[in-house]
Amino acid sequence: MTNESAEHILSYGKLVTVWVTLLVLTAATIMVTRVELGVWKVWAALAIASIKSGLVIAFFMHMKYEPRLFRIILFVALFTLAGFIGGTFFDVLYR
Amino acid sequence: MSHLEKDTFGAKLGMWLFLFTEILLFGGVFILYSVYLTRYPKEFGLGGKQLDLVYGATNTVVLLTSSLFAAMSVTAIKRGAKTATLTLLGGTIGCALIFLFIKYLEWSAKFHHGIYPNSPKLIAGPPGESIFFGLYYLATGLHGIHVIIGSVLMAWTAVMVQREVLHAGDNVTLENVTLYWHLVDLVWIFIFPLYYLIL
Repeated sequence: MTNESAEHILSYGKLVTVWVTLLVLTAATIMVTRVELGVWKVWAALAIASIKSGLVIAFFMHMKYEPRLFRIILFVALFTLAGFIGGTFFDVLYR
Repeated sequence: MSHLEKDTFGAKLGMWLFLFTEILLFGGVFILYSVYLTRYPKEFGLGGKQLDLVYGATNTVVLLTSSLFAAMSVTAIKRGAKTATLTLLGGTIGCALIFLFIKYLEWSAKFHHGIYPNSPKLIAGPPGESIFFGLYYLATGLHGIHVIIGSVLMAWTAVMVQREVLHAGDNVTLENVTLYWHLVDLVWIFIFPLYYLIL
């Protein structure tokens, strides 16, 4: 089982496609933040950064092809960080 | 040596656990940034406009490309292509050096304008401004240290590929080093919009 996932090899073509997508998203985030959108440009930039991270983690870091345990612990780490962020802002905004 | 078979699964799991501690480390810096952004929005806005978008965007492209080379080197070694693996690792390290050189130019320009931690100009200015540049140097400096460590690890793995210690049948060390490298890229994916774009 683990052998199968360890032996999954991503083709050069697929990796280059991911890279091109990342470059397009980088151009998109620069353009969207040049427009005066107020607070929305922060959310737009963070949303694009999250999509880019998702692509890097799924393909470059091979997460899509790893056993489920890897994804579970990834989400535990991300929820922990989200908890820290949420808790901090609850204090900062409503103190 | 069959009784010393490597536990690839365990090695990768351990690497990922380490990467999560790194995510929390940089996450802490991002929390500090966002809290102070809500407290000093005006000073952060003025500070952010002094950062050079061209340097930031160029370094984003350089780092994304280095990540591509790193991911391709894993494909190459698994296919048994030693020369391609070494070339791609060389490309990754090359991009890392370009990144550091651009960072050097960027920091030098800032130093030249009297903007560095504890500089007289920042001390005389409003507190929000010195906090912004303090966090700028903390985030990009911590990230830069990771770039240096990643490059050294990459060079070390290249030597092991050259000596054929790492090959198509045993390459988890290379995989783990590239995972570290992609984390460095991930951190930059957030530093770039937060410091260079949204302000």
